[in-house]
Amino acid sequence: MTQAADIDRPRAGAALAPLGALGYFKKNLRDYGMLLALVLIMAFFQLQTGGILLKPVNLTNLVLQNSYIIIMALGMLLVIVAGHIDLSVGSVCGFVGALAAVMMVQWGWPTPVVVVICLAAGALIGAAQGFWIAYYRIPSFIVTLAGMLVFKGLTLWLLDGKSVGPFPKGFQALSSGFIPDVFAMQGFHLTSFLLAAVTALLIVLAAVRARAAQARFGLVEEPASVFWGRNAVILVAFVYIGWLLASYRGLPNVLMVMAALIVLFTFVTTRTVIGRRIYAVGGNEKAAKLSGVKTERLVFLTFANMGMLAALAGLIFAARLNTATPKAGLGFELDVIAAVFIGGASMQGGVGKITGAVIGGFLMGVMNNGMSILGIGIDYQQVIKGLVLLAAVIFDVYNRRKAS
Amino acid sequence: MPNLLEMRGITKTFPGVKALSDVSLTVRSGEIHALVGENGAGKSTLMKVLSGVYPHGSYQGEIWFKGAERRFRGISDSEELGLIIIHQELALAPLLSIAENIFLGNEVARGGVIDWAETFSRTGALLKKVGLNEHPGTPVEKLGVGKQQLVEIAKALSKKVELLILDEPTSSLNENDSAALLDLLLAFKAQGIASILISHKLNEVSRVADRITVLRDGAVVSTLDCGAEKISEGRIIRDMVGRPLDDRFPPRAPNIGDVLFEVRDWNVHHPDHADVVQIKGAAFTVRKGEIVGIAGLMGAGRTELAMSIFGRSHGQKITGTATMRGKPIDVSTVGRAMKAGLAYVTEDRKTLGLVLDDPIKHNISLASLETISTGGVLDDARETRIAHDYRARVAIRCSGILQEVVNLSGGNQQKVVLAKWLNTSPEILILDEPTRGIDVGAKYEIYAIINGLAEAGKGVVMISSEMPELLGMCDRIYVMNEGRIVGELPGARDAQDGATQEKIMRMIIQTKEDAHDAGR
Repeated sequence: MTQAADIDRPRAGAALAPLGALGYFKKNLRDYGMLLALVLIMAFFQLQTGGILLKPVNLTNLVLQNSYIIIMALGMLLVIVAGHIDLSVGSVCGFVGALAAVMMVQWGWPTPVVVVICLAAGALIGAAQGFWIAYYRIPSFIVTLAGMLVFKGLTLWLLDGKSVGPFPKGFQALSSGFIPDVFAMQGFHLTSFLLAAVTALLIVLAAVRARAAQARFGLVEEPASVFWGRNAVILVAFVYIGWLLASYRGLPNVLMVMAALIVLFTFVTTRTVIGRRIYAVGGNEKAAKLSGVKTERLVFLTFANMGMLAALAGLIFAARLNTATPKAGLGFELDVIAAVFIGGASMQGGVGKITGAVIGGFLMGVMNNGMSILGIGIDYQQVIKGLVLLAAVIFDVYNRRKAS
Repeated sequence: MPNLLEMRGITKTFPGVKALSDVSLTVRSGEIHALVGENGAGKSTLMKVLSGVYPHGSYQGEIWFKGAERRFRGISDSEELGLIIIHQELALAPLLSIAENIFLGNEVARGGVIDWAETFSRTGALLKKVGLNEHPGTPVEKLGVGKQQLVEIAKALSKKVELLILDEPTSSLNENDSAALLDLLLAFKAQGIASILISHKLNEVSRVADRITVLRDGAVVSTLDCGAEKISEGRIIRDMVGRPLDDRFPPRAPNIGDVLFEVRDWNVHHPDHADVVQIKGAAFTVRKGEIVGIAGLMGAGRTELAMSIFGRSHGQKITGTATMRGKPIDVSTVGRAMKAGLAYVTEDRKTLGLVLDDPIKHNISLASLETISTGGVLDDARETRIAHDYRARVAIRCSGILQEVVNLSGGNQQKVVLAKWLNTSPEILILDEPTRGIDVGAKYEIYAIINGLAEAGKGVVMISSEMPELLGMCDRIYVMNEGRIVGELPGARDAQDGATQEKIMRMIIQTKEDAHDAGR
């Protein structure tokens, strides 16, 4: 009988061997890769455009231009994590904008009432689609493809093929307004800057606390150097961007809405029961169901939420254009879905992060903006964006395969 | 007999792990060679080296097949020489017909146009060889697992097989189908086709194997010749685990109390065909601290019974009553069944039990998120602590509780599923095939956990197709057949009236005959 050979397989129960900073970075390339790509792309366009990209006025524009895509990406992430897709968001976006225009401009209803009605209408549309998907198991691709056509048609019908506008001033402020400055300084929006700085500090503080909690159970994997490096980058980026925006007109209202939603959805996905269950449903629906998760209801709610966010995006977009047009929202669903997949979500469901979707959205936005400044034609822009999406997903799949 | 296959000094390393070290294996012409070992011992890796999944150059050592050294670059190289592997997970296209599956990738075609007449007649001949009486045009999904396995073998035969490698072919088969499959191997042997049989079922191995090679931790421990001497299962197990395993079941002194859980007059109809009755008037009781077994052949309705009780997860038009401590309980949804104190560990942990891409921690807490949250917000520290406790308590071998369960071995995955349900603090735990596809050492650990539950005053229902396991563990055994509970036996501890394999089989066969008589 030969003796069992010495096998240096990881010992049961032994702590993980500490990886070096570089090793850890390589292992988690996917998580940092997109952030790194965003920074590199921003640096590239900053140089190529001769510093226009990060001019305060352009940065403000960048936020305004991409807010509605990112807001929808938050909902889409949940839909995709749950293992579904929503193709109707662009049409719903346009439809709600048209609805708002008809109610405000033609019927003269007060803005707050209309906003509430529109959000409710969005939620109802999402719920109606989610009902068939969740309880009758009609594939979401088909239901929302139908929804895409239906609401595109209804938008045309509502607007009678014409543009309707302009909106009341109060409603326009949703997109073109900025938060008030309590300090009223000349040329510098101190409130905005302080807000950005405080937010950055809070984010870093939360990260430090989370790390301390991990440490109590010996679960810290991220080397200290990477941790502090990452947080330093976040801190500097927030403070710098806050300073830039403050030296123009301060933080746009839309940014505040978007930031609040990002915080809310990050919290929901990482810290709540409902968030955890959505990941479980996407990861293995049957196992989730046998664990007592009401899978149908979750899918239904995910779509209702998506509809409401699409409605919000529709309002923001209409307010920005100051008119509702039959073409509003056309093709938005593609940008939204692309943002989520660039951000690392998996087509199979169960995998994806809010931060990833947000970074994916900004990545697309910066490219749109940078290429437009450079005067690259819309033809090449589409080709480049398509290739970036493909490259990001290939990179993702390659990384996962290497890890397993 | 000349050697058909010789693997010499095979060493295969993965980053950080030496999966095989200096393994040599010879298979003679026309012999059945069994390869046994615990999960992770290197059996599958060795077969992947042999079939070319790991191409020449990615390992050290030599492969000699039919008198020449072979350097396979891929699986098609080895298949060309008649070396065919049938994997544990069947690789059939469910919606295609038997004939289409058999000739998939190897179509009988001229200029790209398939000759259906020839395909069907050849399929017919192959099916006759494997003893499968089905029309070649039948879609594979309409067949049971046992018959699908035969289709795989017919597929192998269509390719001029010289050495057939079967990776756990009987793990999902019932006893009849398993026996038929083993007979088929013996028939092939008579025709001069050699096979390598990888199996955890040692009784099967000792029945058909000419020689047995035992692997442990990536190295050959022993090669036993069954012709020379009678090899006992104990001997094989000792070699497999590296220590004598005197008792395969941990000791337990039962302390059985009052009736805890009772099901009466339980009827279930088929989920798709409302007129087909799957469970007819089933009734059983579970006492405090008792382990109750449910024996029966595959398709007897055991899983259907369990799942229909657990929140109507199977079937429709379910009628009957369930009581806990004499009071009726509502089991109409999974959530309500859980609240009433039930837990169900599924027989299929990969597709029904685990979220494979999620970490251990998330899987353990999935069924009890309410208890680790306030107002819908998760308490991460608490969740982590619970996962840590279970990791130690049920001995989950992993690099950490954040490891994704997909990377764990079968036994450790099963422990995660158990931990998930233990954490819901159930009164009654229903275990469906709790040790399927798990190696001997991990089985023992799982038995110990089950005993621990009974000792804590819980009721355990254990469904298993492995009769020795039921006999070794249970205080009482119900026998099911064709949707009915056809008998009840005291546990094997009762030497006089207690259950034995023969008694259980007799009950099953008896009711089969009765049913036939009644039908006449």
